[in-house]
Amino acid sequence: MTAPVINTVTELDALESESIFVFREVAAEFERPVILFSGGKDSIVMLHLARKAFSPAGVPFTLLHVDTGHNFPEVLAYRDAVVEQLGLRLEVAKVEDYIADGRLRERTDGTRNQLQTIPLLDAINAHRFDAVFGGGRRDEERARAKERIFSLRDEFGQWDPRNQRPELWSLYNGRHRPGEHVRVFPLSNWTELDIWNYIEREQIPLPSIYYAHERDVFERDGMLLAVGPYSQPRDGETVARRTVRYRTVGDMSCTGAVASGATSAAEVVIEVAASEITERGATRADDRASEAAMEDRKREGYF
Amino acid sequence: MSTLLRLATAGSVDDGKSTLVGRLLHDCKAILADQIAHVKTVSEARGGDFDFALLTDGLRAEREQGITIDVAYRYFATEKRSFILADCPGHVQYTRNTVTGASTADVVIILVDARHGVLEQTRRHLAVAGLLRVPHVVLAVNKIDLVGYDEAVFTKIAKDVGEVADQLGIADLQAIPVSALVGDNVVEHSADTSWYDGPTLLEVLENANGRTDTSNQPLRFPVQYVIRPQTEEYRDYRGYTGTVASGTVTVGDPVIVLPAGRRTSIAGIDRPVVTATSTAVVERPSAIAGEAVTVRLADDIDVARGSVIVAAEHSPGTRRELAATISWLSDRPLTVGARVLIKHTTTTAQAIVTKITGALDLDTLGVIDAAELDLNDIGKVQLKIAAPLAADPYSSNAITGSFLLIDAHDGWTLAAGMIDDEEGELL
Repeated sequence: MTAPVINTVTELDALESESIFVFREVAAEFERPVILFSGGKDSIVMLHLARKAFSPAGVPFTLLHVDTGHNFPEVLAYRDAVVEQLGLRLEVAKVEDYIADGRLRERTDGTRNQLQTIPLLDAINAHRFDAVFGGGRRDEERARAKERIFSLRDEFGQWDPRNQRPELWSLYNGRHRPGEHVRVFPLSNWTELDIWNYIEREQIPLPSIYYAHERDVFERDGMLLAVGPYSQPRDGETVARRTVRYRTVGDMSCTGAVASGATSAAEVVIEVAASEITERGATRADDRASEAAMEDRKREGYF
Repeated sequence: MSTLLRLATAGSVDDGKSTLVGRLLHDCKAILADQIAHVKTVSEARGGDFDFALLTDGLRAEREQGITIDVAYRYFATEKRSFILADCPGHVQYTRNTVTGASTADVVIILVDARHGVLEQTRRHLAVAGLLRVPHVVLAVNKIDLVGYDEAVFTKIAKDVGEVADQLGIADLQAIPVSALVGDNVVEHSADTSWYDGPTLLEVLENANGRTDTSNQPLRFPVQYVIRPQTEEYRDYRGYTGTVASGTVTVGDPVIVLPAGRRTSIAGIDRPVVTATSTAVVERPSAIAGEAVTVRLADDIDVARGSVIVAAEHSPGTRRELAATISWLSDRPLTVGARVLIKHTTTTAQAIVTKITGALDLDTLGVIDAAELDLNDIGKVQLKIAAPLAADPYSSNAITGSFLLIDAHDGWTLAAGMIDDEEGELL
């Protein structure tokens, strides 16, 4: 044996290896895994890591997008280009279809993030997906901070936060009964800053709305909402053309932009490091509904 | 380049653990304006002062009952390094969560209320830290302000805990007098504890070494998944993926593939190169413990998930019988003859518990006879396994030395297990 050397794996390398390990465990132990892919930065990083995990072979998973119908066109275009270039299979579950035939009703506020749960659970059942990769991170939100990396859902898709399996070392227990499935969160331990550092290091392309651009926006609840087909200013709200970018992408009607001049991942890293407000706090109206809004949605089977 | 330190907290109910975590995050500027506004609103709605615990107690039931139910993970960073904090509940019913948090921790912070001293829960948490061989233990003697910053109180508790830690073989213990509520010795040194000249909590965390670097130990590489692209470019490619559990894998190394025991050598180690449109690999000369890689072997032999590639001169061999120490995590007691599944590295196999040798008595820290193990018990068992396992003692390798016992019917994780070394010492 050679003389002892202290070898340190850096933070990003440690996180990358942990995520790759998770992807490989799922590929080996489940029959029908699927990656939830919205075209948002977290799902893009997730797909990048999955590709690394199985390189030089392709990703052995299907993609699933739960489409609110309130999409940023740039994000849909990105999604379709990725699927095309990599020869992946994409399933789309549309909230629009459910509203059209009456299985879901439009909410009074017009937002659709919360309407995604049932199309998601139906798609999981219809395709018999047994492992569902989500890009959720524990640093995002209080209820997500309690989530396991392998998180069991019962046959109704419900999460029981009071009765989670202990998760020890890197021995992930994916055992489940027929009808149950496991949500898997490979990015659990990544923070928003880690994600951006990694996007920069790996030169991962993103939809253009993540970088500074000019847009007509109006202010509501302290957020900058885009003027578009799904969100119009109400009386007293004034429209202004501002230089903005998005920290998250979701339902266009309730996802806010932030004022920003960052035009590259490196500039976003600097901005995120200095930010005094969290990612979801800055941009997601749906999380502000109550002090446990996310927990309630997650219990029902949300992402 | 910054490194990552993983820490876990443990304390009894009302020791002020959530307050300490909230204070640590707050004083490290890891709490942002909207989170503070949220806590303020909720605190005021309840007619109370700013409640730090609300920063971490995220679930409805936790807020209603004022207790922490499940492990919450928190992330913060200082100029020196990044931290992942597993905030583990104190209630005895949730001890399994302390085991969960401690299994990956580099540092465990154990809280004691200065007014109450060492409780049974403290001994239990120390036992868990010792059993799981967490490299560093910090004893935070909290609410020191409520005992008038009395040095004698602190010294007595530190001494009591030190004696327990010695019995448990905990080598690195640092006691700190703190007040989470006021902020004494959490991030800033306190003027009220001038008799204490040791480090603050944050100073300990910033300077602690991570888990012992295992890249100089013998190679262990559990195979997770076999890659066979069958594309034109990679027609005959056969790569074995996994994360190096210990040691360093280098091209040309002689290795043995267990359980079959076949000898071969490392023909190549591949690193993925992924661009927007292409997926390929490039060769690298070596990889160290903790890195997820793909290796190729010189000979075309039978290798699959569950195989473990090990250093040829330092093979652990395989075994179908194990003596181990387990932490029982289920409401249903364990009895002799129980049929379970064992998950060890990438192998899952049937197993039978052939003997319960004893259970840890938290009062004496000795092993006493036990006919069964109940929830939260730490016990010694013997197992017979349906497949040969390439296992090491936990004391020499936390990855090839650990396992889960799983209920084959409902999939519940029944126990966390650590394989004993030859002396069979409990801790």
